[in-house]
Amino acid sequence: MPSPDSGTAAVVRPAAISAQGWGWRHSGRATQAIHALDLDIRPGERVLLLGPSGAGKSTLLHALAGVLGEEGDDADETGSLLVDGESPRARRGRAGLMQQDPETQVVLSRLGDDVAFGAENLRVPRGEIWKRVHEALDDVGLKSSAGDGFALDHPTSALSGGQKQRLALAGILAMRPGLILLDEPTANLDPAGVLEVRDAVGRCLDKTGATLVVVEHRVSVWKDLVDRIVVLQPGNTSESGSTPAVLLDGAPDAVLAQARDMLIAAGVWVPGYIPATRARSASVGSGSTAGDEVLLSARDLAVSREPARRRGFKTIPPVPVQSGLDADVLAGQALTVTGANGAGKSTFALTLAGLLAPVSGTLSAAVGLSDGAGTDPFKWKAQQLISRIGTVFQEPEHQFVTGRVLDELMFGPKHLGHGEDRVDELLERLRLGHLVDANPYTLSGGEKRRLSVATVLAAHPRVLVLDEPTFGQDANTWAELASFLSELLDAGTSVVSVTHDREFTSVLGGTEMRLEAAFQGPRQKAGAA
Amino acid sequence: MRQELNLRGNNALLTRANPLAKFVAVFLVTLVLALSIDLVSASTALLGELALFPLAGLTLRLLWQRGWPLIIAAAFGGWSTAILSANSGRVFLDVGIWSISEGSLTLGLGFMLRGLAIALPAVLLMSCTDPTDLADALAQKAKLPHRFVLGTLAALRLVGLVAEEWQTIGMARRARGVGSHGSPVQRFKAMLGQSFGLLVQAIRRASRLAVTMEARGFSGGQRTWARESTYSRLDAWVLVGGAVLAGAAMLAAQWAGTWHFVWLKQG
Repeated sequence: MPSPDSGTAAVVRPAAISAQGWGWRHSGRATQAIHALDLDIRPGERVLLLGPSGAGKSTLLHALAGVLGEEGDDADETGSLLVDGESPRARRGRAGLMQQDPETQVVLSRLGDDVAFGAENLRVPRGEIWKRVHEALDDVGLKSSAGDGFALDHPTSALSGGQKQRLALAGILAMRPGLILLDEPTANLDPAGVLEVRDAVGRCLDKTGATLVVVEHRVSVWKDLVDRIVVLQPGNTSESGSTPAVLLDGAPDAVLAQARDMLIAAGVWVPGYIPATRARSASVGSGSTAGDEVLLSARDLAVSREPARRRGFKTIPPVPVQSGLDADVLAGQALTVTGANGAGKSTFALTLAGLLAPVSGTLSAAVGLSDGAGTDPFKWKAQQLISRIGTVFQEPEHQFVTGRVLDELMFGPKHLGHGEDRVDELLERLRLGHLVDANPYTLSGGEKRRLSVATVLAAHPRVLVLDEPTFGQDANTWAELASFLSELLDAGTSVVSVTHDREFTSVLGGTEMRLEAAFQGPRQKAGAA
Repeated sequence: MRQELNLRGNNALLTRANPLAKFVAVFLVTLVLALSIDLVSASTALLGELALFPLAGLTLRLLWQRGWPLIIAAAFGGWSTAILSANSGRVFLDVGIWSISEGSLTLGLGFMLRGLAIALPAVLLMSCTDPTDLADALAQKAKLPHRFVLGTLAALRLVGLVAEEWQTIGMARRARGVGSHGSPVQRFKAMLGQSFGLLVQAIRRASRLAVTMEARGFSGGQRTWARESTYSRLDAWVLVGGAVLAGAAMLAAQWAGTWHFVWLKQG
């Protein structure tokens, strides 16, 4: 532990933020991303920013970090936004920004170098940099002397998502910023990673007293750490009087009490509220009913994402991340795969889905599913696969194959030659009707998720495999998805999902299969939830 | 794949040398070999290089694992030179247009050894040089613009991710019914689509990384360096070693009378 006066506290001067009628239009867009923002944040205040997608939260954080747009772009700025009374662009380094995707928060390949990167750019002298690096790594709990700490030359690629975000925080702290900006810092993390990052942020704020602005729609995670909640609303730039960007502003409990219903309606995860979902119908699900048809069964399965490797002329099979797995996928039943990060949950699910070849063991499709295509799903042609097993990936964009929402939905049915009639029903059921002509890449996060589910279902698979379907989703999309899946289950579809989400698991019911971290290895059996 | 580029655990002597010194040494050797096609200079250089491998922490097995495509390419190059080049001296084999004579065999062998002697230093250099150290040396010692050098270094880290992303997108598209089955035209179209998907993701990721770097104050302006790139006495030895190896190869060929410049016609 550093002594109190040698710490960052002595040097960090918290920043003040002042916005007056501030608005920003991105180049190439017709309307402003954020409009008429009036907001004052005092030095050392900790603010949680809430609001529906499209309210301009990320735009505001980018602007405060001084990285919004470049000179010469045809972007438009109105009003003023100042950090410590100056333009944020001129004060780059005064604020540190953390974004969502952990992979892009790491710059260099060695732990210590990555922390030093920002300080180097701010022209901190060499001796001072290493002092700050050690201190920052200590503050976020990654120092080599700590329990789960690492050496300075530890490869950053070997860190988990939560550790990468903590590393990013260390890199920010080494710059000694007066303002810390977090843009959904935990949206891509599992529950343990979320707490890791939140606690590290809390410790660092207590120590430095820096100002904090965090955007995040899981309110319960940040509520106790902030002392103010600001709710933004999408700009309305019609001539008949524009609405201000700030809808509500105040102490956390007051804002939550005052606007609870409004926030719930906007899809915010309000503490203590679990969105209502459709219940599974009572007739199915108790396990021993006559309708228990096995569609897929895995016996002594070993799985790996790595293909077999070539070493010169030799072929070496990959080391399985999990082995000895037994599981049955039943019609009209959910199978939930849970476990720690890196336990091989997704790898197992992708193998079940016929997308990865098993390293050893067998995966066989029953006649009811294979329908004449053979028992090994990995050997099925792509078109045989999609009408039997549908897979929804964690990142919806990976699955987009056209430039228009309607084409995207018609893609499967067109290639199969049937099922086009179901597309309208899916459009309506997943509220995509108004978006048929939009480009899939331009949709919001929730819309992309709904579209990716709809496109896979358009091919009518009997088994649906979902990889972390609820990651980063707002409460409304979450509830819709859970209700829709419960409906599909009642209709006889089998749903396999990889998830950390306990509420989601309990809505779907069925069987939970827990995978332990790989190196503990022996046999894992599916047990009833 | 990423692990293989990682130097942790390699404590060999040459890992401690300045990358720039190693670069210059390798350049000297390569330059000499590029000047002459002959057996003697190439085999002298090759023997010298093999003797240096332990200093870079390389074993023959590691060399084969990392360099096998280059080794096979060199062998094929030598073979095709042997059967296709003009005959001189005794003819060993004659099958229609393909023939192997004393002269063409020597030329082919020389070609192969030269290929190896030029390719292996690259393998040697890569296996004892950390990209971060190389970037530091290029920016601090060679005074290349750091914006470019560090940008490339950061992008290099994403290259490992691209391989993973390619696999994921391939699976994600198979799950949409775009398969790698069918006629060559269909496969080509599927590949094109997958490449496009990869490109979109790569650009998005790169622009997020650019924002991260910019938010940490990265620009073309002045900066300090946490890691100082330094020269030591070892670097002088590396340079001397490169010069000696290059000189030895040249002198050996002169002495044996086999030296001739590549652009002179074979006589």
